[in-house]
Amino acid sequence: MSSKKIIEHSEAATRFNKDVERVNWHDETLWFVREKRDKSANQIQDWELLRETASRIKNNVLANMHDYLSDFEANAQKNGIIVHWAADAKEHNEIVHSILQKHDVKQMVKSKSMLTEECHLNDYLADKGIEVIDSDLGEYIVQLRKEPPSHIVLPAIHLKKEDVSETFHEHLGTEKGNFDPQYLTESARRELRDTFLTRKAALTGVNFAVAETGEFVVCTNEGNADMGAHLADVHIACMGFEKLIPQRKHLGVFLRLLARSATGQPITTFSSHFKKPRDGKEIHIVIVDNGRSTQLGRPDFRNSLKCIRCGACMNTCPVYRRSGGHSYHNAVAGPIGSILAPNLDMSKNADLPFASTLCGSCTNVCPVKIDIHDQLYKWRQVLVKEGHTPTSKTIAMKTMATVLANPTVFNLAGKSGRFVMKNIPALVNNKMNKWYDQREMPDVPEESFREWYKKNSRESKAKKDE
Amino acid sequence: MSSKAEILNKIKQSQPNLTAELPDLKVLGSEQFDVLEMYKTVLKNIGGNPVEVADYNEILAYIRNNYPLEKRIITTISELSEIAVLDWTNDDPHSLQNVELTIIKAHFGVAENSALWVTDAILGQRVAPFITQYLAIIVNKKDLIPTMHQAYDRIGNQEYGFGTFIAGPSKTADIEQSLVLGAHGARGLVVFLME
Repeated sequence: MSSKKIIEHSEAATRFNKDVERVNWHDETLWFVREKRDKSANQIQDWELLRETASRIKNNVLANMHDYLSDFEANAQKNGIIVHWAADAKEHNEIVHSILQKHDVKQMVKSKSMLTEECHLNDYLADKGIEVIDSDLGEYIVQLRKEPPSHIVLPAIHLKKEDVSETFHEHLGTEKGNFDPQYLTESARRELRDTFLTRKAALTGVNFAVAETGEFVVCTNEGNADMGAHLADVHIACMGFEKLIPQRKHLGVFLRLLARSATGQPITTFSSHFKKPRDGKEIHIVIVDNGRSTQLGRPDFRNSLKCIRCGACMNTCPVYRRSGGHSYHNAVAGPIGSILAPNLDMSKNADLPFASTLCGSCTNVCPVKIDIHDQLYKWRQVLVKEGHTPTSKTIAMKTMATVLANPTVFNLAGKSGRFVMKNIPALVNNKMNKWYDQREMPDVPEESFREWYKKNSRESKAKKDE
Repeated sequence: MSSKAEILNKIKQSQPNLTAELPDLKVLGSEQFDVLEMYKTVLKNIGGNPVEVADYNEILAYIRNNYPLEKRIITTISELSEIAVLDWTNDDPHSLQNVELTIIKAHFGVAENSALWVTDAILGQRVAPFITQYLAIIVNKKDLIPTMHQAYDRIGNQEYGFGTFIAGPSKTADIEQSLVLGAHGARGLVVFLME
């Protein structure tokens, strides 16, 4: 991934938009999920109070992160869990690899973890000769297709059942042309059950880690994290340090918000609390920084560390719904991903904060009240100041600044613009003009407002009358 | 490891200097509703099957009528030994792969989301409720509580190695958002609500 050339969001979105029918379908599917979220949230009389409470708990976490992390480590160790610290993606991958090496494991089963996507763990382990199978159905599908997930909660949301059928026919030998989701799911169940039964190591993500007790919680609907972890000798759990919450009772707040915001369910099917390993087995936790401490030190952007990865901001985002998750070229797509990505690498992700209408819908649905659209706006200022915008935009902006600063130039520009648009429209209505890309140019007025005003204002009329 | 000191140090320098007190949770969870009715409605909505029973005899009768007794049925409840085996809790967890039905008890249930709280103490084996084809969980009606806030009040600082909230059968909607029950874990969940 890192070596591949990144296609900018706007260009990738343009490609995605070529298949109009599919874009409309993608848009409607995600809006359907967004509506389920609304229905579910509206059934909770204290919804807004819950959001406010969650946000305040997270404020407390951000302000006391150092102590809570130290407490969490001490308590987890007391429970018999082995704790590791990784400064960056490379160290995270090395730690996971070293645990697998120690146990002579060549094959591992994984449940969903966006952090391992962020760190490109699968590629890293493949290079070391270790096979990793993603067990969440959506992740399994995209893994077979050698694609990254396009959504953090619904990894294969960009695919139709025909695509899945074709993929399974090719890799699992399912019946060609059988599109029945029940049949396809059953085929994957059979295949993955065999995987669960034969893997000595299982890796899971972490939804919440509790400082007070040293336990961590993993939420799934399929039960894949549990199937992996309870059958393996070694369970490796990887977490960004922001997953921490102070006390066990705070889980009550977050578990009420998470699934309702994500898919509209009242709770995920399984919310599993791992506190101690089984007798004779091992649980490892890898606590990862990878730029998070830098984000914590940026007052304008630190709130993004409150994110509980529900995906509500993506489902509601008019740009995400019409451009698809892959256009964001980042493990976490959509509005929240566009705040997180520039922190990881400003130059590679400078396009993402611009992939937004700043309509604020993301902020309105965020269960922990992250000021997402404000942060997108703030990133734009930072990126322009640091020189990360495309040259064409910089030139355009500089030109505009000159024109707007000088009334004579402004008048001249307006006049010549109107003349050109009226008499030589081809000079403007062409591919060079980005503004013309998706819209018709307006009809040209006979005169500018200033000219009209001069003619009609009381003052000038009075002058004329004199 | 040196990364630990480095990370913690950087966090200490970066974290905001706010006096952000933890909010009071007591104001939450005051929703008023019929707990039993809510529990049943939500469970049905998420693909589970609530069955009200007076005693273990009614559970025995229900299982005899609805599940193939010739297949492997396991339980941790001695009252059900007529139809299920009890001597599996020390077996290799992989050996549970051919279990058709697992019957366990829950500590309590939560009405707002129909989740049932189970821990090591009553699970027999951690993998048991996941690896089975079908799952049945017994909960006493008096152990139904309204919301997750009461749930964590009740859990308090209880000791466990593993605990999980189970809400309905294993499911997925990863193929074009079509809901399919039985992704990896149990294909069906019946909850016996006992007097």
